[in-house]
Amino acid sequence: MTKKEVLVLKDLLGTNNEIAAEIRRETESRGILAVNLLSSPGSGKTSLLERLADKLGGRYRMAVVEGDIETERDAERIRARGVPAWQITTGGACHLEARMVGKVLADIPAEIDFLFVENVGNLVCPASFDLGERLRCVLLSSPEGDDKPKKYPKAFLSADVLILTKSDLNAYLPFDPAKAAAEALSINARLRVFAVSALKDEGVDELAAFFVEALENLRSGCA
Amino acid sequence: MHELSLVAGLFDILEEKTREHQPCRITAVHLKVGRLSGVVPDLLESAFTVYKKGTSAEEAVLTIEIVPFRFRCRKCGGESFPEEPPFACTACGSGDVELLGGMDVVVERLEIETDDAPGTS
Repeated sequence: MTKKEVLVLKDLLGTNNEIAAEIRRETESRGILAVNLLSSPGSGKTSLLERLADKLGGRYRMAVVEGDIETERDAERIRARGVPAWQITTGGACHLEARMVGKVLADIPAEIDFLFVENVGNLVCPASFDLGERLRCVLLSSPEGDDKPKKYPKAFLSADVLILTKSDLNAYLPFDPAKAAAEALSINARLRVFAVSALKDEGVDELAAFFVEALENLRSGCA
Repeated sequence: MHELSLVAGLFDILEEKTREHQPCRITAVHLKVGRLSGVVPDLLESAFTVYKKGTSAEEAVLTIEIVPFRFRCRKCGGESFPEEPPFACTACGSGDVELLGGMDVVVERLEIETDDAPGTS
């Protein structure tokens, strides 16, 4: 019997990252801005997408990929706004992986402007899986508390944009949006911060304008 | 929860290495887990224990080395290894940093046993 050491040096997320890179190349070459929305369950991802559908719908073509453990409910809500939506039900998995998004990408029309991917509600696991997005947005709603960023640092560290949601509730809760933003920025100083209320339609125009600017930057070849 | 997905990926690698060195048994698997990889070592070990049954790694021990979170400052070029936020340069305080490590889960190396006379076992 011989004992041997075998050097491997392989990233366990390597396969996911390769598929994500392929998705990024594909969407960016088609001039599509891909956005990954990540947050706890119930922090308002779908409600925000409904509002964005209303804001962007007239001028731009968008598509939505919904990730949930079960049910077609979120995709149905988006379709009711006249936006094509694909539901991925993971059947138990707590996050979307690039492979799952890659499978539905073939069905999505080539001539869209925005592809929003709503991840499974979870502030932990989705942070580890690149889906090939150009922008990653992490949502934090006021009822969750302003102390969350340091408790779930990777979600905030890996994001490009922080969206503080349900801002209409700030007056009724011990939630300090400035503290939440400062704590997130102490983890990741590059974060762009927005505050929105999808219910009251506050701050969504600014966010929509930011996405339009990001789309224009993508198409003009700017970073 | 995603530790199961990661261990499924690990066993893809172990199967590939087993085929390359056949016949062999894997006796140890050495992983490097980033401090901010989002992976819980205990859960990784539990998933490994479940997965290894009936494979060439059935008797293998898993070792996990934690790799510190590390970044370089784009302003002054200094490297920092903070344990917790703020994740800003410890030298100049800038938040404009480039992440260097501590985010990945890497299979570093395996220890295997092969039979001396191939084909006789």
